[in-house]
Amino acid sequence: MKKDLLSIADLSSDEIRLVLDTAEAMREIGERPIKKVPTLRGKTVVNLFFEPSTRTRTSFEIAEKRLSADTLNVAVASSSVLKGETLADTALNIEAMAPDMIVLRHGSSGAGHLLSRLCRSRIINAGDGMHEHPTQALLDAFTIREHKQRIDGLKVVIVGDLLHSRVLRSNVQLLTRLGANVRVCGPATMVPPGIERLGVTVSTSVDEAVADADVIMLLRIQQERMQGAFFPSLREYFHVFGMTAERVRRAKPDVIIMHPGPMNRGVEIASDVADGPYSVILEQVANGVAVRMAVLYLLAGGQEGD
Amino acid sequence: MFDAALRCTRFESSIPDPESRLRGDPVSLVMDADRMSRTLTRIAHEIVERHPAPPGLDDLALVGIRTRGVPIARRIAHAIREINGHEPPTGALDITLYRDDLMRHAVGPQPLVRRTEINFSIDDKRILLVDDVLYTGRTIRAALDALIDFGRPKAIQLVVLVDRGHRELPIKADYVGKNLPTSTAQSVQVRLTEIDGRDEVEIAG
Repeated sequence: MKKDLLSIADLSSDEIRLVLDTAEAMREIGERPIKKVPTLRGKTVVNLFFEPSTRTRTSFEIAEKRLSADTLNVAVASSSVLKGETLADTALNIEAMAPDMIVLRHGSSGAGHLLSRLCRSRIINAGDGMHEHPTQALLDAFTIREHKQRIDGLKVVIVGDLLHSRVLRSNVQLLTRLGANVRVCGPATMVPPGIERLGVTVSTSVDEAVADADVIMLLRIQQERMQGAFFPSLREYFHVFGMTAERVRRAKPDVIIMHPGPMNRGVEIASDVADGPYSVILEQVANGVAVRMAVLYLLAGGQEGD
Repeated sequence: MFDAALRCTRFESSIPDPESRLRGDPVSLVMDADRMSRTLTRIAHEIVERHPAPPGLDDLALVGIRTRGVPIARRIAHAIREINGHEPPTGALDITLYRDDLMRHAVGPQPLVRRTEINFSIDDKRILLVDDVLYTGRTIRAALDALIDFGRPKAIQLVVLVDRGHRELPIKADYVGKNLPTSTAQSVQVRLTEIDGRDEVEIAG
């Protein structure tokens, strides 16, 4: 029995549905004049962020506050990590102050698993290196389900930097588990070897990939993680893989366009598509709060085997 | 991970205890469909009588507590319309996030949270809070807290189909369908057509 949310693999299909259903109820709280319930009163949640983040950290913090948890943010820029402390020591020191949950964002894949072994606190992975970002996949699934009323049988195309993307790895697991047909598309240099084994089909032609798609999900070109040249130039990338209005027209008429943010306009997505009628990018952000409230609530309870 | 949460947990509820029949506990019917219908109509009449014009029922709204308070609230609202042609608005309140027993147990799943749907302002309204069974009063305590987060009603009154006693908090119903003396070992099960396929109230144990 897992106490933490480190990976989509930690969740059964029923648990994924439970998170999404609970998020439906949580969303209503954000529509009230008083956007707060007393549920996590007296619980302490530490947001431990070793990588820059605006959206995810803000989203978690709002979710925690709406559930009345006491929250505090530790950002690497102001932490003793700069003085040479290891992740394990930082975690043990925070653990010594007895928080109930730690939300961790870290540049190394598996950082959450390390904390999970060291800490009694529940660990929520808010992105670890190139590994996973489970709450992003959950909010994406929530957004898809809201628009399509189902996930089973949908054609989902994921286009972009497949190699460095933790969002991809979490989404592929979740969407294939719930029965979606997932196609991935990106430059050949950015297709991780063996990705077909996750149950997806691979295409290097974006025009071909988006045909009849119900959902187009774009991934950011992560220049900060790139070591080496994966494609000639950003201009070239946009020309070959960028999501333009013309390419969107090849998809189903009710297609939705998603992006986990932050967007590089004019690289993976054209501005008129990002702001266009098919875009649900800001809905994803709004839904993120409700989904994270659901995860915090469900993890806060006692677990069997404690 | 939290698959145990998929099991619904009981909290002063009338969710049928499946073990009571297995144990061979005696079960007796205390209200059938006809009796329930007449009881709800009688409550509707009492509500109308106690709200003479002005302002009458203009500022009245019913809020049912999930699960079984919701259809009961709707039925009472329909019955009020039958009497004076005016149907008060109804809403649904889920009190799970306000429960006083959340987080108290180291082991066990989190109860299922469902949507609260109150599509009108409760400010300056007279709210009739509706539930199926009044027992310890803890559900009502949670409901009062939840309701007050939505605004400042002029007044809140309580309507219950069955009052089975054994209060643990200073809470009293304003409209009661039936007072039912019970022991704490017994369980009271309210079934409604909308949810359970038939209308009845049973007492077991």
